[in-house]
Amino acid sequence: MTSFEPEIVAFCCRHCAYSAADLAGGGRISYSPSVKIVELPCTGRANALEILHAMEKGADGVVVAGCLPGTCHYIKGNTQAKHRVTHLRELLKTIGLEEHRTRMVNISAAMGAQFVVEITNFVETIKELGPSPLSGETSNTRTEGQS
Amino acid sequence: MIVAEQKPLNEIKSMLKGCKKVLAVGCGTCVTVCFAGGRQEVGVLSASLRMSTDLDGDVVNVDEAIVQRQCEAEYNAPLEAGLDEYDAILSLGCGVGVQSLAQQFPEKRVLPALNTKFMGYPAEHGVWEERCQGCGNCVLHLTGGICPVSRCAKSLFNGPCGGSQAGICEVDATTECAWHLICENQLKLGLFDEMMEVQPAKDWSSARDGGHRRIIREDVRIPDEEKA
Ligand code: SF4
Ligand code: SF4
Repeated sequence: MTSFEPEIVAFCCRHCAYSAADLAGGGRISYSPSVKIVELPCTGRANALEILHAMEKGADGVVVAGCLPGTCHYIKGNTQAKHRVTHLRELLKTIGLEEHRTRMVNISAAMGAQFVVEITNFVETIKELGPSPLSGETSNTRTEGQS
Repeated sequence: MIVAEQKPLNEIKSMLKGCKKVLAVGCGTCVTVCFAGGRQEVGVLSASLRMSTDLDGDVVNVDEAIVQRQCEAEYNAPLEAGLDEYDAILSLGCGVGVQSLAQQFPEKRVLPALNTKFMGYPAEHGVWEERCQGCGNCVLHLTGGICPVSRCAKSLFNGPCGGSQAGICEVDATTECAWHLICENQLKLGLFDEMMEVQPAKDWSSARDGGHRRIIREDVRIPDEEKA
């Protein structure tokens, strides 16, 4: 278990968290290399389907990173994303996964170091939970959905 | 529109017992608008079922499809070609959609993923309220555009009852008294006198009470000899 490096998908808003990740990279602050960043125009675009699909394909955790409260470029995208993530956690429990495999965090574009702290914190949580039961061999019996 | 909501995941899973592969079919009309059976909901439910049954160790493969209007055979026809590989169809249409698929593809099991609730109005984002019970003889011209059949708990025609309190229905503290609304509206429109006329008992035979209903419109019906 000690060598477990979780696969994490981070849905990052272009106006804040994505720039913060860039800033962290520019400042050579390192974080887990298995974090896959997906740039979104706004976290308001992150819906249950995308997060579920990431989990279905074997992601051990999915983090949604949006602007600080009250600073969304599109006014309410980040609060809507938070609302969705909260409800999605309930769905994860019904499905049989741990709710803590997904989380919403808020970061401004200037917070490169904080981005790394939040991501590292999430990676630690996922390490404690262990690999997703849907990752690796267990889920090979499934076929792809049509659409 | 017809308003529906998804059944609990575990209930759907138990319906799928014994199935290895199913086709989830959404509908692009009413249930898309009420976020119960559109493309997004088909995707979320299908992924949830694939993941959950996988975790249970008895995986059900769920493919996804959507038709524009599941209550009409023409829209469902393209599904037929690929149906052989499925043990069942999981419909995310309203009850009419489910039955249309069942009638059209009698050799397949068709399972309902939704509970069809009512004909309703989107009061706010995420809130729907019943507005019509299809009583078959509309009286909205007498009641200020407010339906006493669906919105009064007792379907009164000469309300309000004695339980109406400060505009709230005695049956449910979160529901406005329909007859209070009707009176206020008719007053505002200067139609209160009209409303004082006692309405005779309603003939419910035009509603569900008269049994299964059917409309036959000879003007739009295709004559037998012209049918293919
Ligand atoms: S009076 Fe009858 S037809 Fe008219 S809205 Fe009410 S239930 Fe529907
Ligand atoms: S309080 Fe109003 S809505 Fe409720 S049952 Fe009486 S008349 Fe109908």
